[in-house]
Amino acid sequence: MRKHIDKIILAGLITSTTIVLGILLVLLIRISMDAWGWIDWQFINSYPSRKPELSGIKAALLGSLWVIGFTALFSIPIGIGSAIYLEEFSEDNKFNRFIKLNIANLAGVPSIIYGLLGLAIFVELMQLGRVILAASFTMSLLILPIIIITSQEAIKTAPKDLVNASLALGATKWQTVLKVILPISLPGIIVESSYLFQER
Amino acid sequence: MGIFPDMIIFNALSAGIVMGIMITPMVSTISEDSLVAVPQSLRDAAYALGARKYEVSFKVVFPAALSGIIASIVLGLSRAIGETMIVTIAAGATPRFTLNPLESIQAMTAYIVQLSLGETPHGSLEYNTIFAVGLLLFVMTLIMNILGRWIAAKYTQDYSS
Repeated sequence: MRKHIDKIILAGLITSTTIVLGILLVLLIRISMDAWGWIDWQFINSYPSRKPELSGIKAALLGSLWVIGFTALFSIPIGIGSAIYLEEFSEDNKFNRFIKLNIANLAGVPSIIYGLLGLAIFVELMQLGRVILAASFTMSLLILPIIIITSQEAIKTAPKDLVNASLALGATKWQTVLKVILPISLPGIIVESSYLFQER
Repeated sequence: MGIFPDMIIFNALSAGIVMGIMITPMVSTISEDSLVAVPQSLRDAAYALGARKYEVSFKVVFPAALSGIIASIVLGLSRAIGETMIVTIAAGATPRFTLNPLESIQAMTAYIVQLSLGETPHGSLEYNTIFAVGLLLFVMTLIMNILGRWIAAKYTQDYSS
């Protein structure tokens, strides 16, 4: 009896995993089939045109690249800086725990709320208008909490004995951060950040 | 349109299905993390008592990881409420109250997109409503996120001793 239940449940679990993979496969195949033959150099390297056959995505593609580039420029230094401060320099008191909790909550705020914030502050209050900079600032706000959290996680992985050894040799806190902790945690930070740019 | 003959192109059901697919990876990765965190000694003890694989999974490991699994569902749903592009593209823009998932509806995020991109003059009352909708959305996701974290923290059992 129990032997049969075991097999039935295993079959059910395998089925649900297969469904998830199947949906992914169907999506990939459908998109590839629809796009097949249309994506070529002409499509990438032309501007929108009145004739559909000649139009391309150059403007939109470069626009996305610009926005992402500026976003990375603003958000990565600020994000890593705050992560280093929170993880290495700040005391573990009530106020700092409150800040960390709020950063975690900010990471769960939907992107459209940040869009509204950007619309109100950068586009209207600062009179930037709908430009690349306004988009990049807004995007930076959106991904900063996530960069801070993942950087904190990466900084935590730096072995404590290496840090203590560096401090014991007379290095200052800042030297330890710059020469011991960052070289260890930077690969993790970069990998996590690049995932972020794909997702958004 | 083959399954439901009288279905409209934009409807709540297709948006819901796509959204479900979207949050599946999130729910499964967080749940998996909490399943992995259940100590091996618990599984070994259950196996030693003669339990089968499904009994270990559903009666030992699953209850032990339940807090993480519930938290993953709450966080996934909070992500789904704030999701913008799926509902804008798939659910349509017909503000009405209906329980029929085959009809076109309008979600809060889609309303914000529609108004902020439309012809509505900046500063008018109608334009300012998007900020009210945004605030409501923010409060809803904030409550769900806090709830998810609270569940994960409160019911996490400490197996370290």
